[in-house]
Amino acid sequence: MTARIGVVTFPGSLDDRDTQRAIRLAGAEPVALWHKDKDLHQVDAVVLCGGFSYGDYLRAGAIARFSPVMEPLLEQAKAGLPVLGICNGFQILTEAHLLPGTMLRNDHLHFICRDQKLRVENAETAWTTDYSAGQEIHIPLKNNDGQYVADAYTLDKLEAEGRVAFRYLDFNPNGSQRDIAGITNEAGNVVGLMPHPEHAVEPLIGSGRTDGLPFFTSILKKLVNA
Amino acid sequence: MSRTPLDTVEHAAATPDVELPWAELGLKKDEYERVVEILGRRPTGAELAMYSVMWSEHCSYKSSKVHLRQFGEKAPQSDALLVGIGENAGVVDVGQGYAVTFKVESHNHPSYVEPYQGAATGVGGIVRDIIAMGARPVAVVDPLRFGAADHPDTKRVLPGVVAGIGGYGNCLGLPNIGGEVVFDACYQGNPLVNAGAIGVMRHEDIHLAKASGAGNKVILYGARTGGDGIGGASILASETFDDAKPSKRPAVQVGDPFQEKLLIECTLEAFQEKLVVGIQDLGAAGLSCATSELASNGSGGMRVTLDDVPLRDSTLSPEEILMSESQERMCAVVEPEKVDRFLEICDKWDVIATVIGEVTDGDRLEIYWHGGKIVDVDPRTVAHDGPVYERPYARPSWQDELQADDANKLPRPTSGAELKDQVLKLVASPNQASKSWITSQYDHFVQGNTVLAQPEDSGMIRIDEESGLGVAIATDGNGRYAKLDPYTGAQLALAEAYRNVATTGAKPLAVSDCLNFGSPEDPAVMWQFAEAIRGLADACQQLGTPVTGGNVSLYNQTGEAAIHPTPVVAVLGVIDDVARRTPVAFQEEGQLLYLLGDTREEFGGSAWSQVIHDHLGGLPPKVDLERERLLGEILISASRDGMIDSAHDLSDGGLIQAVVESALLGGKGARLIVPDGLDAFTLLFSESAGRAVVAVPRSEEVRFNDMCGARGLPATRIGVVDGDTVELQGEFEVPLTDLRTAHEGTIPALLA
Repeated sequence: MTARIGVVTFPGSLDDRDTQRAIRLAGAEPVALWHKDKDLHQVDAVVLCGGFSYGDYLRAGAIARFSPVMEPLLEQAKAGLPVLGICNGFQILTEAHLLPGTMLRNDHLHFICRDQKLRVENAETAWTTDYSAGQEIHIPLKNNDGQYVADAYTLDKLEAEGRVAFRYLDFNPNGSQRDIAGITNEAGNVVGLMPHPEHAVEPLIGSGRTDGLPFFTSILKKLVNA
Repeated sequence: MSRTPLDTVEHAAATPDVELPWAELGLKKDEYERVVEILGRRPTGAELAMYSVMWSEHCSYKSSKVHLRQFGEKAPQSDALLVGIGENAGVVDVGQGYAVTFKVESHNHPSYVEPYQGAATGVGGIVRDIIAMGARPVAVVDPLRFGAADHPDTKRVLPGVVAGIGGYGNCLGLPNIGGEVVFDACYQGNPLVNAGAIGVMRHEDIHLAKASGAGNKVILYGARTGGDGIGGASILASETFDDAKPSKRPAVQVGDPFQEKLLIECTLEAFQEKLVVGIQDLGAAGLSCATSELASNGSGGMRVTLDDVPLRDSTLSPEEILMSESQERMCAVVEPEKVDRFLEICDKWDVIATVIGEVTDGDRLEIYWHGGKIVDVDPRTVAHDGPVYERPYARPSWQDELQADDANKLPRPTSGAELKDQVLKLVASPNQASKSWITSQYDHFVQGNTVLAQPEDSGMIRIDEESGLGVAIATDGNGRYAKLDPYTGAQLALAEAYRNVATTGAKPLAVSDCLNFGSPEDPAVMWQFAEAIRGLADACQQLGTPVTGGNVSLYNQTGEAAIHPTPVVAVLGVIDDVARRTPVAFQEEGQLLYLLGDTREEFGGSAWSQVIHDHLGGLPPKVDLERERLLGEILISASRDGMIDSAHDLSDGGLIQAVVESALLGGKGARLIVPDGLDAFTLLFSESAGRAVVAVPRSEEVRFNDMCGARGLPATRIGVVDGDTVELQGEFEVPLTDLRTAHEGTIPALLA
C-alpha cells in the first residue's frame, strides 16, 4: 500500500502540479484537493503548496485561510494529520494559527529566487525523518514575503523546544529573525518553510539537486509504517 | 465623447456634416476619408473609435506591411511549421505529438511612461496570445534595453520594469528562463521592453481566432472593462513622445496577474472539454480588435450587444468600451449547447463571463447600445483592410562616414598588464556584467521543468517527463551592429540566437522577432527597417528557420533621435532528451578547451570598442550562415554523443567574456594559450561570428577532433580547465575572486 497525500489548489496556487510530481516521485499517491472541498477525501497527509493564493491580496495567505477546505484541515491537523506548508502554504498556516509567527515582506524589498543553503535543525518531524539533524542541504527559495518574524518570547520558545526546523545558512535571503527558514508545531505533524523542496527532486531539473526529496520520502515512510 | 442623441448608424447617415475628432484619435485626413468612402457615410463615434485603433501603426502594421511580406515570400520549406504568420502566435511541431507556440512582443512606450505596469502588462499580453492558441504557457523570456546604466532615469525605469515583469510573471507561475539586458544611451528616453512567451499543446488542441457557425455565442470573460488604456494602441504605441503634449499616463493599462492566472486555468479547462470554436485575447484595441478579427477570420458576421459588457465604471461611453485596453480579458466563440458548461467552468474559477453576442450568417459586424445600432461595418475593412504605406526610404548620409570610422584602427593594449586591465574593465562593464541582480527577481523554478535558465546560452524547458523531450529558446539582438549595417546586424541577431540554441544541444526550428525601430516617417529609419527585414528574411531562408510571427515597434525615438535599429530575434529549438543538454559552466578540471570557428580581426561594434574607447564605427563582424549551420550541427552532435561537458557561444565581449562566465559559473579557472596565427588581443576580444568555446573531456578528444576534422569545422585547442585563476600564458593571470568581484558587483552597485 502507499500513502495518499493531498495537495490543495487555491485560486492562484502555482506549485500544485510540481508538488504532486514530487509526491509521485517519492512513491506516494498525490490527490488533488480543491479549495472549495468541504472534506479532505480521506487523504493521509496534506501539502499546502506555493503560489500567490488570491493574488496575495490583503496579506499573503490571509484570504486562503478562510477557504472551505481549511475547516476540516484545521480540525484534523490539530488531531495529528501531517500537514506541510511550503512558501505560500507556510504563510497560510501562520494565518490559520497552526504555526506561530508571521511573514513580512523581504527586508530588501525585492522578490528573490535562488538556490538556498539550509541546515536541518529538527530531523524528527513527520516531514524530516529522512534527514539527519545538522544536515546541510540546498533547496530553491523564491518569495516576496519571506521574512519570518515573531515576538522574542515565541522565538525563545521555538528554540527551546527544538521547533526551528530549518535555518538559512551563509546568507539570510529575506531578513528572517534568527535565520529561521521553517518551523514545526509542538507535535511535529505540522511543518512550514519558505524554501521549495518540490523544486529539488530531480537531477537536471530546477536546481539540479534532489535535496528536497526526503520531505516526501519521510512522510511516506511514516504513513506506510504507521 | 458621449453625445445626445445616441450616435447610431441611422443618426450618422442623417447628419453627414457632424465633425468627428478623427485627428485626436490618431487618424490622418486621408485615412478618415477612406473610412467615409468604405461606409458610404460618415462613421458613428463608435465606428470611428474602432477604425482609429485598428488602423493605428501598432495594430495595422501600415508602414511595415510591404516589407514584412518578405518573411512569407522567402519562407524556407519547413515541415515543422503548423501555424504561420497572421495568427496570435505561430505554432511549431516539436515531435511526439507536441506543438509549441511562441512569440515576442514589445511594450516599449508604456514601460517608459509607467515602468512597473507597462512591463507587467507586456507579460500579460504575450501570455494571452499563447493561451489563445490553445496552449498552456510554460515559460517567459524578457529582452530588455535601457539607457546608460549610470543615468539617473535608468534607476527609475529599470527597477520598475524588472519588478513589473517579476510581479506579473511570478504570480502567473511562469518560469522566466531567458532574455537580455542591454544598456546604451540611445535607449535613454525610449527603453525597449520586449516580452516573449512559449506555450505547449498537443497538435489536436490548436485553436484559432475565428468566429464560425451562425448562432454560436460570443462570450466575453475575465476582468470587467474599465477606463484604462483607452487609446493606448493609437496614441501611445504610434506616436513619438513629445514633452510639449500633456501627460499620457492614463493610457497605460493596469494589470492584475491573479485575474490572469484564473483566466489561464479556466481557458485551458474549457479547451480540455472541447468547448471552444474560436478564441481571441483582448490586447491592443480591446473589443474593437477582438470582435472585428474574430468576425473577419470566420465565415459569417457577428452581432454584439455592448450593454452586456460587464463594466468597472458604469459611466463609460460605448466608444470607450470599444477602445478600452483593460487587461485580463478574452473572447470565446462557443456553440449554444455548450455555453452553460463554459459558464460553469468560469464560475468555478471565479471568472466573470457574459454572452455579449452571437455569430450571424451575414457578413457584417453589428454592435448595439441602448437598443440602437452604433456599428455596422464589414469587419474585414476594420481588421485587415487598413491603409498600407510605401514609406520613402533612403540610406542615411552618415552611414558611409560611420562605416569608415574603423574600430580595427583603435589603439590596442600593448602589454600583459594592459590586457589584464582591459579584461577586468570588460567583464565589469554594465553590458557584460552579471545580471543576476535582475534575474534573481524572476522565478525560474516554477512548474518544475526548467532545465536551463539565464545566464545559460538558451533557456530550456522539459515538455515530456517520460521521454525527456524539451524545447530551448534564445533571444538576441545587437543594436550597435545593426546601426553599422542593418542588413548584417539583423542576420547577426539571428545567427547568435541560432547559435545559442545549438550551443545548449537543441536543434533550431523557427523564429519569432520583435523589430524595434525609430519613426517610419524618417527615410533613414525606414531604410534601416527595410534593410534589417531583408537581411533577416534572407538569413531565415538560408538557415531553414521560418519566421512564425512577431511584432513591429516603430516610433522608438526621442525628438529627432531614433534608437539604434534593434531587431530582436528569438529562435526556438527542440532537444530529444534534456538530459543531453550542454551547460555553460565548466564541469571538471583537466578538460580541454577548444575554440570552434575562425577568429578574425573584427572589432566594429564590439563590446571592447565600447568599453575601452566608447566607440561605435566600422563594420560589424561578417556573417557566414553555412558556417553557423555547421557549428550548430557539431554542437548538437557533440551534446548528443557526450563529447563535450560545457559550451558557450562567443558573441559580445568575445572569447574572454565567454571563458570568464564559464569559469565563474563552474567555480573553476582556465589556463589559456594563444594559438598559432593569432595575437593575444584578437584571441581575447574579437567578436567574429560563428564561434563557440567547448570543454572536451580528455577521453573524448580524439573522437571530437575527428568529427570536427571530417566536417571541416576549425577546432583549435586553446587551453584547459584548471585552478582558481584565469591565465593567458605569458601575458597575465587573474584570480577568479577578482573576476567575480568585477563581474558581479557592477549592477547591484548601480541599481540596488
